[in-house]
Amino acid sequence: MHQSVDQKDGGVLDAQEAERFNLLVLPHLDSAFNLARWLVRNRTDAEDVAQEAMLRAYRFFGGFHGGDARAWLLQIVRNTCFTWLERNRPPQPTAEFDEEVHVTNSVTPEALAIAGNNRDRLARALEALPPRFREVIVLRELEGCSYKEIAAITSIPIGTVMSALSRARHQLQLALVNPTREEAAHEL
Amino acid sequence: MSCELPRAMIHGYLDGELDAFRAAEFERHLEECPECVTALESQESLRSSLHRAQLYEKAPPQLRQKILARMRPVEPISISSRRRPVIAEWLAVAAVLLLLLYSGWRLIPGLSGKNNQAALVAQIVDAHVRSLQPGHLTDVISTDQHTVKPWFDGRVDFAPPVQDFANDGFPLQGGRLDVVGGRTVAALVYGRRKHFVSVFIWPTTEKDDAPRTGSQQGYNWINWRKNGMEFYAVTDAAAPDLTQLQALLSR
Repeated sequence: MHQSVDQKDGGVLDAQEAERFNLLVLPHLDSAFNLARWLVRNRTDAEDVAQEAMLRAYRFFGGFHGGDARAWLLQIVRNTCFTWLERNRPPQPTAEFDEEVHVTNSVTPEALAIAGNNRDRLARALEALPPRFREVIVLRELEGCSYKEIAAITSIPIGTVMSALSRARHQLQLALVNPTREEAAHEL
Repeated sequence: MSCELPRAMIHGYLDGELDAFRAAEFERHLEECPECVTALESQESLRSSLHRAQLYEKAPPQLRQKILARMRPVEPISISSRRRPVIAEWLAVAAVLLLLLYSGWRLIPGLSGKNNQAALVAQIVDAHVRSLQPGHLTDVISTDQHTVKPWFDGRVDFAPPVQDFANDGFPLQGGRLDVVGGRTVAALVYGRRKHFVSVFIWPTTEKDDAPRTGSQQGYNWINWRKNGMEFYAVTDAAAPDLTQLQALLSR
């Protein structure tokens, strides 16, 4: 369904192709920015990354032969984000959520509802997730992507999107009702 | 832990991604598994929290402008040299056609003779079209007016006004030298959506003059004089775009 991003080297598009790009891909700039914003975790860097991704998409537009333009673009955004994260942020040991410690705490719908009413707390819980969990949540809940689209964007096999979401949501719930000390301090 | 269904099923059900058979199976299971009912409620609660919080962040408006400005084909030649020949061929064809049109037009008596401006406009349109050939658009590629302006020092015997109007939708792309009417002139290149505008500037002794507009061979042009400078802007973008750029340059 989706062509490899690097399959065809691009360059300057002719006027007709550029017009097609403006019609098909550019309108998804908000989606590109939103995904970048949640993956790199701030708006300024997200602007740079979204811009870089959009320009890459422009260069490689020759490799797009139709289909879901948003998913095609988000695939590039996502890869650009991960490259950016590798280059700019050392892997954070705390980012890997300690499932062993938290799994014993039960998450009641009441506790969740209370914590979930706080937008900041929700945003911080989401940002505390490892990026690979964060992206499936953002794609599913914010972007409204289907499993098929998530699979195409993230290169997760379609059969495992459901379990990836299951794990990601579980961790999000735990992060939400058990903020880390750092997050809790943030609220004081 | 009596539930024998995989936990992930809840998510497939919640997301409407189970097929009809598996969804019905899951619903039957819910009737006898309070554990899964609670888990489903938690997931629904989390989902509605996420939606209520409106975490979606839209791109800032200036980002689109920045991207559009950089999408123009003013790129280092090394990157795109492989694709250039095709474009070069087409531009060469276009240039030849234009030259033929121009010479044909020159041969019709009564059109050219007394009208100096028409001849000048033809040269300007030619210069603009020529500039669209690969590598000819700009001699100095920069969106920074402070780079472009000093570049003209020592290359022309006057100081053309150089300003970037990216915030007004005319990002400066660069500058170059051109020859119009036998003299070397400064040319500024602005982007306008997917089009380019060439602004030719040279000094004049004549007094300031209000803009005159016209179109020739599909190119719109505008000409005015201000502060001892003659300005000709030409583009294949729409005529109102030129008027807008003229107003910006005359500020």
